[in-house]
Amino acid sequence: MAFKGQIVIDTEHCKGCGVCLAACPMQCLELSKNVNGKGYNYTQTVNDKCIGCASCAMVCPDGVISVYKKQC
Amino acid sequence: MANTDIEARKQELLNQGYTEVYTRTKVLTDAVMHYCPGCGHGTTHRLVAEVIDEMGIQDQVVGVSPVGCSVLAYNYFDVDFQEAAHGRAPALATAIKRLNPDTFVFTYQGDGDLAAIGTAETIHACNRGENITMIFVNNGIYGMTGGQMAPTTLIGMKSATTPYGRRVDLNGYPLRITELISTLPGTYYVTRQSVQTPAAVRKAKAAIRKAFENQKLKKGLSFVEILSNCNSGWKMTPVQANKWMEDNMMPNYPVGDIKVDGKLVDNVDVARLAVDHPLTVMQ
Ligand SMILES: Cc1ncc(C[n+]2csc(CCOP(=O)(O)OP(=O)(O)O)c2C)c(N)n1
Ligand code: SF4
Ligand code: SF4
Ligand code: SF4
Ligand SMILES: [Mg+2]
Repeated sequence: MAFKGQIVIDTEHCKGCGVCLAACPMQCLELSKNVNGKGYNYTQTVNDKCIGCASCAMVCPDGVISVYKKQC
Repeated sequence: MANTDIEARKQELLNQGYTEVYTRTKVLTDAVMHYCPGCGHGTTHRLVAEVIDEMGIQDQVVGVSPVGCSVLAYNYFDVDFQEAAHGRAPALATAIKRLNPDTFVFTYQGDGDLAAIGTAETIHACNRGENITMIFVNNGIYGMTGGQMAPTTLIGMKSATTPYGRRVDLNGYPLRITELISTLPGTYYVTRQSVQTPAAVRKAKAAIRKAFENQKLKKGLSFVEILSNCNSGWKMTPVQANKWMEDNMMPNYPVGDIKVDGKLVDNVDVARLAVDHPLTVMQ
C-alpha cells in the first residue's frame, strides 16, 4: 500500500537548523537560499516524493512541520 | 507563509482527501522558543506537550522549570507552571504534588541544574519516592552560561572551563546520576533516551508517556533522562552535534530503560556502570 504525503512548513518559524533534512528518507527537503523574517534559511520541499512518514516532523525542535498523507 | 495561508493550505489538503499525520500540539503556546536552532530542548518540550495532550490532562498538569537554557519553559507550555530556584525543582515539585495530589507534576531540568547545584534535591526527592515525573536534559555542559564544564561533561571533552578537555586528575569523573538514582528504592521508573532521530524521538515519547502514567499508580518517582545536543556550546552545527552525541555521549551514557516498575532491568549492570572508566572523547 503506497502513500502520497504532503507537508506544510511554517517557514516564518523555521530556524533552518537542518535536522529535518537529515531525517527525510526521500530527500524531499532543502534549505532555501532565501531567508525568513528572522534571517534563517528556511526549509522547503524540492520534489514530490514525500510519503508522509513524518520523520521530518518528529525531529523538528520547533514543531513547524505538519504532515498529511493519503493512499494512492 | 502567513498563518492564515498555512491554515488554508492544511484545509485544502484535508479537502483533497488527505489525513493529518502530525501537527504541532496546542499544549505548546504560539511563542517562538528562544532555543538555538536544532537544540534538543525544543524537541523535548514538544514531546512532553504531546504526551500531556494525548493523555487529556492539560488542566491537571503543573510544570516546574529550572535555571538553565530551559528557564523560560513556562512560556512555551500552555499549562500551570512554577519557576524554581537553581536546582530546587524537585523540592518545589514535592510541595506542589503533596498539596495537590490530583495534579500531574513534572520538573524539567538540565544537567547543571539537576546534577550539580541541585544534586541534594534530586537524590532526596528520588529517595523519598515522590510521585512526580522528572525530565532531565543532559547535554554534558552548562549551555545557558556559555558552555562551562558540567558534572556530566565527558573525559576529554572541551568546554569553556576545560579548554584542553576534561581531565580526571583535575576535574574528577563524569557523573552518571541516572544510574545512581536507579539504585534508590524510591524510584519506580528510570530511563535514558535521546531525541536526535525519528526512531529515538518515538521511543523518548513513549518513555515520557510512561513517566506521566506512573503518577496515577502512586508508587514512586519516574525519571527520564534525555540525551540532547548543545550545538552552540559544543561549537558544531546541529547535524554535526547530533552525530557527535551518538559517537561520544551514547557510549558513555547508554540509552534504554534502567529500572521499570520498581525493578532494575536485568541486562543493565548499574554497579558496573557506576564505576567503569568512561571512554575518553577525541575532539
Ligand atoms: C545560584 C546560581 N548559581 C549559578 C548560576 C549560573 N547558572 C545559570 S544556568 C547554570 C547552569 C545551566 O546548565 P544546565 O542546567 O546544564 O542547563 P542547560 O543550559 O545546559 O540546558 C548556571 C551555573 C545561577 N543562575 N544561580
Ligand atoms: S514526511 Fe517523510 S518523506 Fe515527507 S518530507 Fe517529511 S521526512 Fe520526508
Ligand atoms: S527541523 Fe524544523 S526548524 Fe529545523 S530546519 Fe527543519 S523545519 Fe526548520
Ligand atoms: S546554548 Fe545549548 S542548550 Fe542552550 S539553547 Fe543553545 S543549543 Fe540549546
Ligand atoms: Mg546542560
